[in-house]
Amino acid sequence: MKVGEMVNFIIDGKKVEAEEGATVLQVARANNIPIPTLCCHESVSPTGSCRMCVVEVKKGKRTRIVTSCLYPVDEGIVVDTNSERVKNVRKLVMQLLMARCPESDVLQDMAKELGIEKQPAFHPETDKGKCVLCRLCVKACEDVVGVSAIGLVARGKKKAVGTPFAEDSMVCIGCGACAYICPTEHIVMESFGTRRKIWGRTFKMQACDKCGRYFAPVDQLKFISQKTGTPMTELATCISCK
Amino acid sequence: MSKINTLEDLNKAAKRGLEAIIPSKTKIVVGVGTSGIASGAQQVYDALAGEIKKRKLDIILSKTGAMGMDCIEPLVDVLQPNKPRLAYSKMTAKKVPEVLDQIVKGAVDGIKPAYRMDEEDFICLDEKKPYAKGPLSKDLKDIPAIGSVNFYKKQLKLATRNCGMINFESIDEYIAKGGYFSLYKALTKMKPDQIIDEIIASGLRGRGGGGFPAGVKWQTCRRAHGDIKYVICNGDEGDPGAYMDRSVMEGDPHSVIEGMIIGAYAIGANQGFIYVRNEYPLAVANLQRAIGQARECGFIGKNILGSGFDFDLKIGKGAGAFVCGESTALMTSLEGKAGEPRAKYIHTVEHGLWDRPSNLNNVETWANVPAIISRGAKWFTSIGCKNNSGTKVFCLVGKINNIGMVEIPMGIPLKDIIYEIGGGIPGGKKFKAVQTGGPSGGCLPIELIDISVDFDALWNAGSMMGSGGMIVMDETTCMVDIARYFIDFLEFESCGKCVPCREGVQRMNEILQDICDGKGKEGDIELLESMSKGLVDGALCALGSTAANPILSTLKYFRNEYIAHVRDKKCPAGVCKALIRFSIVKDKCTGCGVCLKKCPSECISGEKKKVHVIDQTKCIKCGVCKESCKFDAIIVE
Repeated sequence: MKVGEMVNFIIDGKKVEAEEGATVLQVARANNIPIPTLCCHESVSPTGSCRMCVVEVKKGKRTRIVTSCLYPVDEGIVVDTNSERVKNVRKLVMQLLMARCPESDVLQDMAKELGIEKQPAFHPETDKGKCVLCRLCVKACEDVVGVSAIGLVARGKKKAVGTPFAEDSMVCIGCGACAYICPTEHIVMESFGTRRKIWGRTFKMQACDKCGRYFAPVDQLKFISQKTGTPMTELATCISCK
Repeated sequence: MSKINTLEDLNKAAKRGLEAIIPSKTKIVVGVGTSGIASGAQQVYDALAGEIKKRKLDIILSKTGAMGMDCIEPLVDVLQPNKPRLAYSKMTAKKVPEVLDQIVKGAVDGIKPAYRMDEEDFICLDEKKPYAKGPLSKDLKDIPAIGSVNFYKKQLKLATRNCGMINFESIDEYIAKGGYFSLYKALTKMKPDQIIDEIIASGLRGRGGGGFPAGVKWQTCRRAHGDIKYVICNGDEGDPGAYMDRSVMEGDPHSVIEGMIIGAYAIGANQGFIYVRNEYPLAVANLQRAIGQARECGFIGKNILGSGFDFDLKIGKGAGAFVCGESTALMTSLEGKAGEPRAKYIHTVEHGLWDRPSNLNNVETWANVPAIISRGAKWFTSIGCKNNSGTKVFCLVGKINNIGMVEIPMGIPLKDIIYEIGGGIPGGKKFKAVQTGGPSGGCLPIELIDISVDFDALWNAGSMMGSGGMIVMDETTCMVDIARYFIDFLEFESCGKCVPCREGVQRMNEILQDICDGKGKEGDIELLESMSKGLVDGALCALGSTAANPILSTLKYFRNEYIAHVRDKKCPAGVCKALIRFSIVKDKCTGCGVCLKKCPSECISGEKKKVHVIDQTKCIKCGVCKESCKFDAIIVE
């Protein structure tokens, strides 16, 4: 694919121009066309697992439903972000997720906005928490942080996010990127001043050598020091004091 | 085994192989494919080896893979000079001494062979060689010829051409059947584009299920940018009741390997992978051995047959996840990651394994390639029907008399497979439906019994060819229960990456389970339909988007059965326990007491020679009473 060339296409009746290689979702957002997403985040590459961002694309004679976070724009395509087929998929996905995570406020607010109601035939689950398995946490830990402390375990309905063998991870640095990126606030990170607890492990926090505020886990600073070669003494100052 | 560099070397190996195939002294061949072993072939083999040694007989004992007719295994073929090849069916270790007596005497006077083979078909060489010259004696003539056996009559074996015929451990026997001559032709006489043109002209469509033209795929991969390209064989057969690919990998591993080397040369790939599930240990072992032999002969390695083309082939073992049969999940698994599919907006022929152009075909597709290169596209298109050239291998299982693997020219009517090849339904019961295409396929009802068995006709009927599983169902099969069974399978096998498949199939399973349990509600059928539509459109991979097929096709053809379950709380086929009731017909009961004795929950009472009664509160609906009653006095409603 030649990146840099421009393509013209239609999205929701609007003629748009975009760079080849861009995804439909990127172009839609740049043009203020809203598409709901759960598993998409600018920091990690898209996986297309939640299926909320589906759109209908007509290319030549063929019309099909695609995930806009992955589908590359193409000359002459016609995109409908809100067709009946699209709405039917989103409704199914939303209803399934609401049954999986009945306690998630984020899902309920999103459903309300989309005008989707619960499906009474789906019995609510009790053991999945608020995790929709968007895998943003796993991707962030692997691709952004680079430690792969958490991953996906098992398959199908038993699939879950966790540390290997559900034991304390020795590679986790307690950075909390997984908790920050989680769209449904499923991952819990507790802070108690000098300590931080996440994924069952408690991390010692570093106090800023200037203001005294506990600003980052010592393990995280050690990891940064090792990766960048910066001495630990230089990392002992918090961002506000630098 | 020595290196084969020239046509002369190849001919020498073929001569050695031919002596093994049509030997000048007595030879006994035991079918020790997985299906044979499952019915006791290894014991038969061991008994033969022991007895031959004990009697100091000058007999060669050899092995072969599965011929296809699994219902009469273990199969033992006896070859004696100038006599037809005789197949003894349902062999046991006990029968071994008698069969050996017959061989020594040179007469067939006790145990009768199931059929005889008068000639060996060398498909790739377009030649038939007789086992026996001259007329047959009367006792041999009395044994039915294989061509007259209903199971084989309409079959045409291309992909399975050597299965059950040659020793899978011998590369010489494979070469004698024309093997590696196609590779020689491709590498020394054809340019890569010519090979691709030939495959395109042959109309060979992917036998793994999708039916995409193989030659077009090859061409796209050849044209894709990149120095490093891969060819991959999908041997991750996982449909319940399907074992075509296993039989080919076990029984004729070289056909797959040769096909892949030709394909790699045409595409411009120097590395290949065969992805096999580890639950196929014999397939893995036989492929491994064959790859070693091909390497020793120089068909794999550097400068193959002096052409300057290099190729290496490795086996990747899968852990048996159904989803790994999906191309992108298979490639992810080959990379060493958890097998999950990805969106295919950018095709794997451009960005596949390790992001490089990768051409994946299934076992059967690769096995067809050497035959096409040898006999030509025109010959291949003369077999089958329009847009569906060649044959297709199926596994005929379920409620059918002749259970086994069959290969038929595409386009023959379904009824020929069920009633002629399959020999109809056991126990005089009526045919109800056949599930084709595995869990992602669909059920075809009796109204479609005349349907042409080809990619397009099956697809248009709401099912699909799939990899070739054919599960036959009779009138005692409940179609709602069948849909539930397949959905349950798919729920277990869903990788869990995308929401519609992971959560949706689980919910569909719950709804179907409720319907079978008599808890179906008005609106359930419509909900299943709307969820199915969402699944078709919304799932990430083909496994997910076709997961609704078992529901959609049974709803299409057996909607009334669903309505009976939901509205009338009845299971017309008498399967769903919550909806059925066993009772004794007064006029027919003789009071023999058999049912009373057999009932595991002691819920039948009655005095001898007086009408018996079933206590409905204690009945567990196992059906043992009905099966045991000789007077048909027990009915299920």
